[in-house]
Amino acid sequence: MIEAKGLTKRFGDKLAVDQLSFEVRPGFVTGFLGPNGSGKSTTMRMIMGLDYANAGDARVNGHHYHDLRWPLREVGALLEARAIHPGRSARKHLLMMAAANRIARRRVDEVLDVVGLTDVANQRVGKFSLGMGQRLGIAAALLGDPGVLLFDEPINGLDPDGIRWVRLLLKSLAQEGRTVFVSSHLMSEMALTADEVVIIGKGRLIVQIAIDELLAQSSRRSVRVSSPDLASLRSALDGVGATTSVEDDGSLTVRGKDHREIGTLAAQRSIVLYELTPQSESLEEAFMDLTESSVEYTGSPSASPQQLKETER
Amino acid sequence: MTSTPATLNYEKPTPGGRYSLWDLMRSEWLKLSSVRSTFWTLGLTVIIGLGVSAIASSVTRSHWSSQSASSRASFDPTSLSLTGVFVAQLIIGVLGVMVMSGEYGTGTIRATLSAAPRRPLVLLAKVAVFGAVALVVALVTSFLAFFIGQTLLSAPAVHATLSTPGALREVVGTGLFIGLIGIFSLGLATIIRHTAGAISTFVAILLVVPNILRAFPNSVFNDAIRYFPSRIGAAFLSSNQGPPRNAFSPWIGLLVMAAYTVALLILGAMVMVRRDA
Repeated sequence: MIEAKGLTKRFGDKLAVDQLSFEVRPGFVTGFLGPNGSGKSTTMRMIMGLDYANAGDARVNGHHYHDLRWPLREVGALLEARAIHPGRSARKHLLMMAAANRIARRRVDEVLDVVGLTDVANQRVGKFSLGMGQRLGIAAALLGDPGVLLFDEPINGLDPDGIRWVRLLLKSLAQEGRTVFVSSHLMSEMALTADEVVIIGKGRLIVQIAIDELLAQSSRRSVRVSSPDLASLRSALDGVGATTSVEDDGSLTVRGKDHREIGTLAAQRSIVLYELTPQSESLEEAFMDLTESSVEYTGSPSASPQQLKETER
Repeated sequence: MTSTPATLNYEKPTPGGRYSLWDLMRSEWLKLSSVRSTFWTLGLTVIIGLGVSAIASSVTRSHWSSQSASSRASFDPTSLSLTGVFVAQLIIGVLGVMVMSGEYGTGTIRATLSAAPRRPLVLLAKVAVFGAVALVVALVTSFLAFFIGQTLLSAPAVHATLSTPGALREVVGTGLFIGLIGIFSLGLATIIRHTAGAISTFVAILLVVPNILRAFPNSVFNDAIRYFPSRIGAAFLSSNQGPPRNAFSPWIGLLVMAAYTVALLILGAMVMVRRDA
């Protein structure tokens, strides 16, 4: 269980995290979603007691991180890939962490095996690829067999196999009853992994919502309609409370009424329809809608979702 | 990965007690002994310490017959054989800086503090482990340099043994002083965090500032110079003439040096606790 209450962090005069409150429950994968620069990593560092909050409070299993008796046995974290001395071997890195919390040596070999680094365990970390570094970070998080896990962008640098492996790992950890909190700036990734998402923008909570519910919301459909008598159709739709907008190609996008209602209405008013097509919004678009006003760095005000995703990389 | 049926909470027994200073010292030992730079720098400390001393001693021996009577009379063989150890203080200081700044530079500090969020305890463990290593290496280097130097200063040159008045004090004092320099620089790096910045500051305190001080009037220089590590260290190398002018006596000097180090470490602990990692 992770609880954040009114968490606030200021860097100079910039508010990185602003009165952020949420709860991450055990037994689920909870996604932590927001554009780059929205305060996800800072929030995770505050939970870990690495950065201090200017206001508010973060607790893990009811305690401040500072007061944990065996921190690595209660909380495991992958914060940044490659936050590891390049001259040290993977095994020595894990051994020095294990020693600090009196974790058995054989557990080091176990986690190396789990992440598939056994063969390179004695190589210096400086020679590792980004993906291998990421795997070592995951091994370090699992080291103390903790009930609470935090992963900051765990799939960065992983190949498709690795990404699939991380998804399964996160799910199985949650299934074992652990609290799993994983950040990402990719909605599509979270849709595949998370049960619930905490969405933030500019350090503020936008919504904490179950993925199923978000999916249902995002499929709130708009309907594409074309008709030779657009004016009458618009006024009829306006009369029943739908919102309409005319597209460049002369078709009408209707929200607030589904295709059945629109078809029936048109028939009642004897308006000819050429096209009546339900449109669904992608999850990525739903995420963009939610965070649009809070994106930190945009190329231009009219940047498309695709362009935005590219600038995030 | 085994998948067990979903339970609401992941419960497992954790041992009683809490992570201790001893656990962190074991962790620090693993850190120190698992990077090559430790062995390079410590090896270099010994090699330079012994090498420079050996060269100085044999050169003096070969020119002995051409020395004037007065310089023969004031010659301190112990001090000469320890010259190299003082050169080596620069290297052990660099290692002291890297032991701390390396954690910040590589990001290892986040792993360290995740395992042990009580930061002063982490610093204490680091000081205990690195301090012990630095003191042992410095003392061993000091003794070896003395023995090698005295062997090379064979007759007719004057040479010393450990029972020569003041010799043991010089050898042990030099070892302690050099070890302390290592801890001093570790404290410096706890405050400054960046390798380059901390090493520059260390070199400035050791070598540059005392020389800048020479540009000031003599009265100012004479009052101020005694507080610098270089002058404190020099006081150890003068068993047969008494301490140099404008210097603390050797043991008082060592206490002053220890006080500096403790003050830096307390300040370092405060900075560590207050600042984001």
